[in-house]
Amino acid sequence: MNSLQVIPIDWYIILSAVLFGMGVLGVLFRRNALIILMCVELMLNAVNLLLAAFSTYLGDAKGQVFVFFIMAVAAAEVAVGLAILVTIYRNTRTTDIDFLNKLKG
Amino acid sequence: MTVTQILFVVLSLMAVLSGLFTIFSKNPVFSALWLIVAFFAIAGHYILLNAQFLAVVHIIVYAGAIMVLFLYVVFMINLNKETEPNKPAWVRIAAVISGGMMMLTLVAALKGASLVPQNKSAEALNIGLASNLGKVLFNDFLVPFELSSVLLLAAMVGAVMLGKRQIH
Repeated sequence: MNSLQVIPIDWYIILSAVLFGMGVLGVLFRRNALIILMCVELMLNAVNLLLAAFSTYLGDAKGQVFVFFIMAVAAAEVAVGLAILVTIYRNTRTTDIDFLNKLKG
Repeated sequence: MTVTQILFVVLSLMAVLSGLFTIFSKNPVFSALWLIVAFFAIAGHYILLNAQFLAVVHIIVYAGAIMVLFLYVVFMINLNKETEPNKPAWVRIAAVISGGMMMLTLVAALKGASLVPQNKSAEALNIGLASNLGKVLFNDFLVPFELSSVLLLAAMVGAVMLGKRQIH
């Protein structure tokens, strides 16, 4: 028994939407820039999961290759993001994003 | 319910609950650790989807590399002395409403997604294996693959440059 026959694709769609919504909620909810980066990772994972699910259900490997590229972009994003975060912390001694309002008009 | 469906529900509950703990933990270390649990649950989903190679790569990249990076940053920047103040109540209520509406919109938009009838041949079930993915990656996606190496190099140089202490 493989998972394609017993699990409808709708279940994966709902799960991915819930995970993505949780990521959005975390980005809007927290003030710590570190947690916000983690929530961005959660959103990327929701997208990855749905891509892999569609790829398996269609029997097409291209979706899974796209997941690899998203992982590469996520790794690059988190490396640069954390470097920026460390620089901000070194200059301001805080990771509170509400403190970083110098660009506000 | 079959065993596969029970596994799906258990893994989904694990992912969603640990994601919620990630968001609502006060201590960033606990957030990072709960996020690792969520990543492992998602890796379980990949195995359930017959994407074995993807599951292994997911664990290596996310639980192995990205979360170690997060934990190092948590340890480097000392967050213990300051208790993070919360956003004002109306911002938090607005955040919950926006997140919920985003979720509803996504579900509503994707609910009617109809796939063409899938071919359940033996070959179609093996697409998640490393040999098959390697063929697709190096035949159809060779140029994006090479470009992603340039992207990773640029990100590495950028991270080192940003992390270097500036001398004035």
